[in-house]
Amino acid sequence: MSVIDNEASAPRPGARAGAVAKAVGRFVFIAIITYLGLLAVTFFIGRVIPIDPALAVLGDRAPADVVARTRREMGLDLPLIEQFYIYITHALSGDFGRSVLTTNPVMEDIRRAFPATMELATLGTLIGSVVGVPLGVLAAVKRGSLTDQFVRVIGLVGYSVPIFWLGLLALVLFYARLQWAAFPGRLDIVYQYTFTPITGFYLLDAAWQGQWDVFWDAFRHIILPASLLGYFSLAYISRMTRSFMLNELAQEYIVAARAKGLSESRIIWGHALRNAAVPMVTVIALSYANLLEGSVLTETVFSWPGIGLYITNSLQNADMNAVLGGTIIIGSVFIGINLLSDLLYRLLDPRTKVQ
Amino acid sequence: MSEMPLTRREWLLSERPATRRQARLGRAYIGWLRFSANRLALIGLFIILAFLLIAALAGVLATHSPYIGDLAGARLLPPGPDHWLGTDDLGRDIYSRILYGSRWTLYVVVLVAIIAAPIGLAVGTVAGYAGGWIDAVLMRITDIFLAFPKLVLALAFVAALGPGIENAIIAIAITSWPPYARIARAETLTVRNSDYIKAVQLMGASPLRIVVRHIMPLCLSSLIVRVTLDMAGIILTAAGLGFLGLGAQPPLPEWGAMIASGRRFVLDQWWVAGVPGFAILIVSLGFNLLGDGLRDALDPRSGDQ
Repeated sequence: MSVIDNEASAPRPGARAGAVAKAVGRFVFIAIITYLGLLAVTFFIGRVIPIDPALAVLGDRAPADVVARTRREMGLDLPLIEQFYIYITHALSGDFGRSVLTTNPVMEDIRRAFPATMELATLGTLIGSVVGVPLGVLAAVKRGSLTDQFVRVIGLVGYSVPIFWLGLLALVLFYARLQWAAFPGRLDIVYQYTFTPITGFYLLDAAWQGQWDVFWDAFRHIILPASLLGYFSLAYISRMTRSFMLNELAQEYIVAARAKGLSESRIIWGHALRNAAVPMVTVIALSYANLLEGSVLTETVFSWPGIGLYITNSLQNADMNAVLGGTIIIGSVFIGINLLSDLLYRLLDPRTKVQ
Repeated sequence: MSEMPLTRREWLLSERPATRRQARLGRAYIGWLRFSANRLALIGLFIILAFLLIAALAGVLATHSPYIGDLAGARLLPPGPDHWLGTDDLGRDIYSRILYGSRWTLYVVVLVAIIAAPIGLAVGTVAGYAGGWIDAVLMRITDIFLAFPKLVLALAFVAALGPGIENAIIAIAITSWPPYARIARAETLTVRNSDYIKAVQLMGASPLRIVVRHIMPLCLSSLIVRVTLDMAGIILTAAGLGFLGLGAQPPLPEWGAMIASGRRFVLDQWWVAGVPGFAILIVSLGFNLLGDGLRDALDPRSGDQ
């Protein structure tokens, strides 16, 4: 998923500033091209694949003059390249048209749904890293042991399980049987009128306003979907951590540290893990981006009012504007995180410059 | 001097193979030895073989029709002697539907691989061999597709194409070729300046012939490993699309769609959605284990990644 390639040229010593400028310039160039690509693909999906996009909006039974007017309004009589230009200018100003389903501008709907998705993905990544990194370290240190096998199997199952199915089973167990978790949604209906969010991150907002009953309720709602996403990212994070740690533990400085008589825990957590930190940051960022995408299915299962649910609801009602708007937003954040983590990796890790 | 009769194992492991066939079989045997030393990989192989067998023999193994249920007397029955894995809301036998569903899973996986792998192979080898601006343009396009969120993009494609299993396959294939292009390009770069390519060039072979006959075959083994590793992801994406109602459509016994239709009853009749999900888990776990094992066997360098 990363866009790292191996052709980084070796700069002259002392050319640090130049190298940074080069990396940033490269980042900007790739970002522009990639975003143009994203817009081109969504344009293709929305305007070129449907035989008549106007009919796709209006339905088969619309009268001919309405169809003709809509075609003109949508600019379908213009040449394709001109349509694409208009499409780009609209998209860049955040105008994705109106949603047929909610009748709001798509951007407005997305602005409301976005924090919900971010809150879920953030908590998921947090859980995944807090559990996944120690597991990976443990597996690397006790390589080949039962612990190692156990971590490996946990990871493999995480790679192989359909997340929406696991979500359904979790609902059966923790909501229906044990009643630990709350009903799908973000808040109980009682709180929906007494609580005014500020940032849209309900946990933060409730804590900030000191409404601890709301905080507890929000927590009971988010913990199940967030744990599922966390498990999903844990699979990836623990596997990569193990691999990075094995790499570090085989280095000579570890032998030197042992020879100095450092304690084993100091060597592992203080030296080896610290040197593996930079690639780990990249991995965690990538898994964060993947969770944004994984949230589409999870949100559907847990009725979580984020962008994923917005997209799937719109899909079921053939609301193309909303689908493409949501796709562009998720795609943009995904690409942004991808590229930023790549840039960060190049800037932080001196080894990427010594080829 | 009479030659000692060789055992089959010695013949296969011979340092000096007498024929090309012996050399090939020997290499395959060494690969198998490495592969079979990995117990998890063997489990994966077993799962996939069982999966293929079930898909082939679904008609023989099934106890009921996958489409026609007993609406009057057998709705939502728990697993029991008549219906080994219970029945769904239309009184259809879940065990039989799971067996037939394996065919659809196989159909999706094979078609996606057949579409996506050659695209990736062609893009990668051409980019790697041609170099220059062709390489730059092709790789930029690959990077763009690589940076996209796959599931969301597949969703949008299916939304435009219309729901259905064929469209889901096309959408998944469109989003899954870029890694193959990268691998093929990397492999091409390692061989493009080697002596045997120079020799073929001197003999006057066209670039097309060189790419197709002399470069592509070398990319195949790493490509196969990667495709095997991706199979689980393809299955999960297809199941996700099916779950959202965008993949296979209702009467088809596709596992993702089966979970979706069982979703309404999951709190009381967990098996309707539970069993097909378990089938997905087992098969994609099998592909993951097999892929890991193949990678370790074919490419010892990345054994610990």
